[in-house]
Amino acid sequence: VTGILQGLVGLGIILLVAAIMVGMAALQRKSPASFRMIPAFTRLRSAAGRIVEGGTRLHVSLGHGMLTSPQSGASLAGLTLLGRLAELTSAGDQPPIATSGDAALAILSQDALQAGSQASVPGKYDPTTGRLTGLTPFSYAAGALPAILDENVSTNVLIGNFGPEVALLAEAAERKNSLSVAASDNITAQAVLFASAPEPLIGEELFAAGAYIEAGPLHAASLRVQDILRWLIIIITLVGALLKMGGFL
Amino acid sequence: VKFKGFLTTTCAIVFGALVLAGTLFGHNADGTLSLLGELQQLILNVAVILAGFAVLVGILNLLLVHLKKVRLKQKGAGYSIILIVTLVATFLLGLLAHYIPMAASLFSDTFQFIQLPVEKSLMALLAVTLAYASMRLLRRNLSLVSVIFLVTALLIMAGMAPWPFLGDEPFLSGVIRPWMTRIPVVAGARGILLGVALGTLTTGLRILFGSDRPYGGKDG
Repeated sequence: VTGILQGLVGLGIILLVAAIMVGMAALQRKSPASFRMIPAFTRLRSAAGRIVEGGTRLHVSLGHGMLTSPQSGASLAGLTLLGRLAELTSAGDQPPIATSGDAALAILSQDALQAGSQASVPGKYDPTTGRLTGLTPFSYAAGALPAILDENVSTNVLIGNFGPEVALLAEAAERKNSLSVAASDNITAQAVLFASAPEPLIGEELFAAGAYIEAGPLHAASLRVQDILRWLIIIITLVGALLKMGGFL
Repeated sequence: VKFKGFLTTTCAIVFGALVLAGTLFGHNADGTLSLLGELQQLILNVAVILAGFAVLVGILNLLLVHLKKVRLKQKGAGYSIILIVTLVATFLLGLLAHYIPMAASLFSDTFQFIQLPVEKSLMALLAVTLAYASMRLLRRNLSLVSVIFLVTALLIMAGMAPWPFLGDEPFLSGVIRPWMTRIPVVAGARGILLGVALGTLTTGLRILFGSDRPYGGKDG
């Protein structure tokens, strides 16, 4: 009975979040929300324009979060960003490339790149631009390094589930004087990126990418829902702490 | 193309909803798997099998990328030749390992004496990279947060290992480091993880709504 009750509570929370999200998306269509400025996204948008003008290349590294694992959220957020950036940069001479450390993620990255290239020039898609570079964290990093160093990349987006090995990628980007915007759901990787990447995204900023690059009203609505839920958690935590201090819990 | 998009989106929504339902109502009151739980297990098992095939496709893609590099004589083509040769050799050894004991031993030696040392070397390189990045942090981004980050990292490192000629520093290792790792670090980490969990929840819901379609359903 407890299990079913927990399931019902979980379902209730999910349905509530879904309802708020749909409501916020409808509101977003009527009056678009303005979000605080995140310098990484501002630089990324202008970099996307420069890629097309300068004939350079965009590299998106999606990490090694398996789609059947709890880390899939970060990988899926990375795929959304890849799809949108592929659309924005596909008019350039050099197609964007995506590297990943999970095979299913690599296949999905090919789909995102193909959809992006079809948006501007149908038939231009090159299947070798979506790559599986290694199956262990370090072999993945070692395989992604040549993409950063040798393929005329001017902007790197490192987004997904990484470990500390992401520092090798950020360092390679720094050596090539290319912009790197980096985000991970992993705490260790976030600490490492804070030290090694010029534009690190902290915590849930990883999931804000879609809203900031205008991937659709539901992305902006998601951000608003996250803010509401965050305040709810803060209130519940404070009330819980006060009740505990008062001896009621 | 539109039908393909419709089909993939429908599959993603239906199977996503079934797995979610299995997670929420996967067990009966007596602890056994319910019908939804069994269905969830079945779907996840199929996903694992598909992921296995995806590895083969991914490796084929890796081979194509490096063959193209060799064919076009791009920078690093020499390394690509080494990769192709070792990939084929390891693949053959892996196949033969089931039938020839010597191949099995060679196969495990490949990992023990080549793959592991190379990955350990990269880890060692990572330590140097991180030390260098930390030194550059203040030059690149001089802010209060950067200073707090570096001071915290230094204090925790100083409290972790004995000092040369001095041994353990009891105030750092016994008071400062445990307090930092137990209170501010845990509080910060939990805050970040809560944010990540909320982001994951909304990302999952967008996929269930069919709004995010990272599986080739875009044209539908």
